Amino acid sequence: MRVMVFVKATEDSEKGLPPAADMTEMFEAMGKFNEELVNAGVMVDGDGLKPSSFGKRIAFDGPNRSVIDGPFAETRELVAGYWVWEVKDMDEAVAWAKRCPNPMPGPSELEIRPFYEMEDFGDAVTPEILAHDQMLRDKLAGE
Amino acid sequence: MAESAAEDTHRAIEAVYRIERARLIAGLARMTRDVDRAEELAQEALLTALTDWPRTGVPDNPGAWLMAAAKRRAIDGFRRSAMASRKHDELARDMDEADDSVAAIEAAIDDELGDELLGLIFAACHPVIAPEARAALTLRLVGGLTAEEIARAFLSNEPAIAARITRAKKAIASAGVAFEVPRGAELAARRASVLEVVYLIFNEGYAATAGPSLVRPPLCAEAQRLGRILAGLMPEEPEVLGLLALMEIQASRLAARAGPDGRFVPLTEQNRARWDQLLIRRGLKALERVEALGGVDGPYALQAALAACHARARRAEDTDWARIAGLYDRLGRVMPSPVVELNRAVAHSMAFGPEAGLRLVDAIAEEALLRNYAPLPAARGDFLFRAGRLGEAKAAFEAAAALAGNEREREWLQARAASCTV
Repeated sequence: MRVMVFVKATEDSEKGLPPAADMTEMFEAMGKFNEELVNAGVMVDGDGLKPSSFGKRIAFDGPNRSVIDGPFAETRELVAGYWVWEVKDMDEAVAWAKRCPNPMPGPSELEIRPFYEMEDFGDAVTPEILAHDQMLRDKLAGE
Repeated sequence: MAESAAEDTHRAIEAVYRIERARLIAGLARMTRDVDRAEELAQEALLTALTDWPRTGVPDNPGAWLMAAAKRRAIDGFRRSAMASRKHDELARDMDEADDSVAAIEAAIDDELGDELLGLIFAACHPVIAPEARAALTLRLVGGLTAEEIARAFLSNEPAIAARITRAKKAIASAGVAFEVPRGAELAARRASVLEVVYLIFNEGYAATAGPSLVRPPLCAEAQRLGRILAGLMPEEPEVLGLLALMEIQASRLAARAGPDGRFVPLTEQNRARWDQLLIRRGLKALERVEALGGVDGPYALQAALAACHARARRAEDTDWARIAGLYDRLGRVMPSPVVELNRAVAHSMAFGPEAGLRLVDAIAEEALLRNYAPLPAARGDFLFRAGRLGEAKAAFEAAAALAGNEREREWLQARAASCTV
């Protein structure tokens, strides 16, 4: 199964990159962990994100769209980075996540969320989804 | 409550063990030269962990902990059997010998080359083992699948798979196969055998040769995992990366290959919005590495390049068939086979018209290997259909449907035959 692992933001990560000297050790530990993930065939993708001050939000309400500039409050709900892992089950994802070196200087969190897979839909593929599929197909076919 | 907490702890420990299992067995097999014993020792180490860890917590380096526990069991066992098999007066001398062996064992364990896992994969894929048994043994030892899971994946039954695994282990033991990465001239041939096994597992999942279901994604996922492990451990080997690229790109189409009703959807008719862009990106990146390493003419690299041509085309009509035809020409030279020729014919028909395809396919029609091969009459039917020769096309599709082993594919071919009404 495929999971996305979110590295949740902290006040530190929202400040941007710390001085290079403070990061070497963390980068080294994280590099080693990433290498382990790769050698175990678990790593699919992953990267770090800039603080929310670089981000924007688009708010939807009926026909209206408004753009909100970062930084955003609720720091602990923000995302500072992510991985995509291929694992056998959630237990294995948890076991790997526990091995991760502290991603932040202070207390921090990882959050693991499984992807939807084909089997999750099963017979529940609604006519709407099929219609949407057909629409995409037509669009791709240039009709 | 307490019971479910204990259960959670158990599951957590087992998950940690699963992560370490393959490397553990690899190290133990290298030490004991006995796969069965290695599996037993690993299992005993798990039991020790299940007793100790709920009390002590999971150690910082669980892999090393499990290895040390298994090593203690191995040494105990070794001493016991040394004593049991010798008379009393010989015992003292034997114990010295045993201590020498123990020292050798310890040296072997401390030899942290990091290639134990690779050594295990090379042993499981050794050419002394029959190809199907290689696949079963690799899934067992490296993938950690049970015989029952492997049987389900291959639509076989558990006793048959278990027997296959036992035979494979015996073949390794009687040939004295070392659990090491071969060196020198042997390496290339042995590596080819490893890649062949991984691709066999992938293909059994991707193009299920029998049964009601068109694809079996768990087998693909196992093969991809193996491919990723190999690429992590041999990052400079173009063909390893070529195979990985090929599998990632092909797997990107798994969701689009079968329609909502389970029916087969050919490449050109697939909904490309359902292709997994993450896997495509990974595949293209691996292919870039192959190019940087100068390995573009390897058989897997060429097949990956072919898969990439389709992956890059946003719409079926954007496909660069001339490039595909050229890649098949090259593939036919490095890996001559009637099946490649058949695909080459399809590519040429798309690039240069159905007559070009017919010329190439008729040249291989008498190949023994293709006599009962459904894709040949299916391709011929398609060329004839496109050339407007509907009567002949209908006969070709019917012949193909009669040969198809997969029910879904057969239905599709019958539908094509039915559409050939003059």
